[in-house]
Amino acid sequence: MSLDNILNHWSDYRKGAEEGGHHDYEHRWAMAINLDLCIGCNACSTACYAENNLAVVGKEKFEKGQAMHWMRIERYWDQQELEHPEQGASFLPMMCQQCGAATCEPVCPVAATYHTPDGLNAQVYNRCIGSRYCSNNCPFRVRYFNFYSYYESSWPEPMEQQLNPDISVRDKGVMEKCTFCMQRIRTVKDKAFMEDRKVKDGEVVPACAQSCPTSAIVFGDTMDDGSMVSKLWKKHQVERGIYQKTKLAKKDADLRGYRIFEELNVDPSVMYLERVREDI
Amino acid sequence: MTMVTEKDINEQIAWAKINTDVLKSMENPRPAYWVTLAVCIAMVSTAVVAEYIQYTVGMGTANLNNPHMWDMYIAAFVFWIGMSHSGTLLSAILHLIHADWRKPIYRFAEAMTTFSLLTAGIFPMIHLGRVWNLYWVLPYVSDRGIWPNFRSPLVWDAFAITTYLTASMLFLFVGMIPDLAICRDNTTGWRKKLYGILALGWIGSDRQWRHFRKIYLLMACFLIPLAVSVHSIVSADFAMSIMPGWHITSFPPYFVAGALYSGCAAIITLFILLRYFFRFEDYMTLPIMEKTAKLTFAIAMVWTYLNLIEFASVWYGHDVYNKELLIAKATGAYAWIFWIMLFCGSVLPFALAFRKLRRHMPTMFVVSLFLNLGMFFERWMIVAPTLSMSQEPHQWDIMYGSIVEWAIVFGSFGWFGMLFLIFVKVFPSVSMYEVKEMVFHRKRSAGEEDLARMTDHAKPVTQTTGGGSA
Repeated sequence: MSLDNILNHWSDYRKGAEEGGHHDYEHRWAMAINLDLCIGCNACSTACYAENNLAVVGKEKFEKGQAMHWMRIERYWDQQELEHPEQGASFLPMMCQQCGAATCEPVCPVAATYHTPDGLNAQVYNRCIGSRYCSNNCPFRVRYFNFYSYYESSWPEPMEQQLNPDISVRDKGVMEKCTFCMQRIRTVKDKAFMEDRKVKDGEVVPACAQSCPTSAIVFGDTMDDGSMVSKLWKKHQVERGIYQKTKLAKKDADLRGYRIFEELNVDPSVMYLERVREDI
Repeated sequence: MTMVTEKDINEQIAWAKINTDVLKSMENPRPAYWVTLAVCIAMVSTAVVAEYIQYTVGMGTANLNNPHMWDMYIAAFVFWIGMSHSGTLLSAILHLIHADWRKPIYRFAEAMTTFSLLTAGIFPMIHLGRVWNLYWVLPYVSDRGIWPNFRSPLVWDAFAITTYLTASMLFLFVGMIPDLAICRDNTTGWRKKLYGILALGWIGSDRQWRHFRKIYLLMACFLIPLAVSVHSIVSADFAMSIMPGWHITSFPPYFVAGALYSGCAAIITLFILLRYFFRFEDYMTLPIMEKTAKLTFAIAMVWTYLNLIEFASVWYGHDVYNKELLIAKATGAYAWIFWIMLFCGSVLPFALAFRKLRRHMPTMFVVSLFLNLGMFFERWMIVAPTLSMSQEPHQWDIMYGSIVEWAIVFGSFGWFGMLFLIFVKVFPSVSMYEVKEMVFHRKRSAGEEDLARMTDHAKPVTQTTGGGSA
């Protein structure tokens, strides 16, 4: 955000999300997660740890709520009052929703989190000063803060050998979150550029989607009409932008698609497909 | 109906006695002073140790976790910023509306403003994950052309607080110049040198007074919008977010009212302490205390009203997140804090409605402390419960601060106490020249009243405060 940028593009800058924001998007990466297929195995979360150099904080800090799982499986009981097998667990994989009208972005005092032309909420670790305002303003609570320095404890020798060289290891005092595996997107985009072609659907696969045993997670570009994710979004009548119909307003039971907290108008990039139940 | 009104100050008090009394308060302190100062310094040292741990180990030592990214540090920050407001109320707003009863008590209130801002400013710093990059919040000239994010309320905070701190420090200093000259003329040694420099060659000439009046009035006018805007901007930290319990339209006036409230309560506390320890009974008189207490009571009712507005709009707004949060505040894990806050903030101030209690110093002292306890809890109830119970139910959590966090918050009280204790021994905590002015004007207007009665001319009695020489 340079001064030139502010002065020259002030009107663009002021354009609200309802007018489409001021972005000229190249891609708009999005997901469709079928909760009917999710078995709550946590493979996605584990894959995320391996791919993104997430610190393993240990049991005590986990209990304190200081864990760093960018991808977490939220478990809810259908009927809390019943005993275990009858309770009916529901699982919800939750990661950064890469909102189109993200609430984390305007509040960062140093603009460490910003919107990329890919439609992602990028987090610049080197710029972050750790005011943690972004996390406070995130309705999904998917931003994780490095409360400690984990390098020594999380990757003792020779564990540091397995760190992913494509992505940095964050030190204490910095906010981090799911990037939709930006390093993989980058690699594929670079390759496509070198070969002078467009990115093909299915070419970018984030670690969570790759590791999902039931293929519950579908990833792709919603600006590419032929992509799997676009088709799914269309099929379930979920659209980009704010002021969309919430799921409850849709009459058809086959339209299972919804975005979490649609009523907050944050325009998330993740569509969930409601779980199909036998009668409860 | 005629009412016998007590005089705010004894008009017959001699100017020389004012000088002597106030200068006496700056003489060598008694042992009790050194003990209190030592306690304050010990509190600060504890906080420094705690901050060292937090700095080297990480913010996790404060028990902060995923939903509770902010906690007591921010509550304390809002509390201290709030406390700074009443100094400005007394010194600037009451100056403009010619309420001259403020004169004997505004100096220490203005000092309180400056020191509580100095205390408040510490919290946003130590609460940063990477405090060494603090200056990135400021729009300094960077060779990479990188600017702060002007949309962020935290950046507005940085501007608002530094401006307010600078302005209130200058206001405190400028208002003290004639007094510093008195100090210069009555001291020897290092004090004479110090006051000599600070008095800026004040000789009390007509021209100097004229300039002084102008600049003082100008700064008062400048400071009032600042005071209101500072706490509105602090409230924007919350109101600009989308969190339930934070995203509330009435937050700016609510914060300003709360700020004036806790500030007035703190003024009462310090009023009683100074009156007792420095034997300022002639200046910090009971009628002035009564006026301060009435002011506090009025502000307390405004605060209560704004609270009720907030509850009502949440209740009838039917926003599910806000409503559930409000119910959780009143009945959940933090309910005891919520009810103590409402009791101290809205019920206890009714003690100030009774003349007998207003004039009973020990009661007033205890009440004022409890009012501020309520206001501290209020700040905490703003920050923490929202984070405990935001929109995402999976991340609901109850958290209380660790010993590190408590040590730093306690230390902030020591820091404030230390600064204030040093101030009262180095600078006159009662404005000598303005008390003289007050005595002079009161005497003159009383004389005019007599004259009017004698000559049977029913002309209105006007009190003039500006322009005269003292």
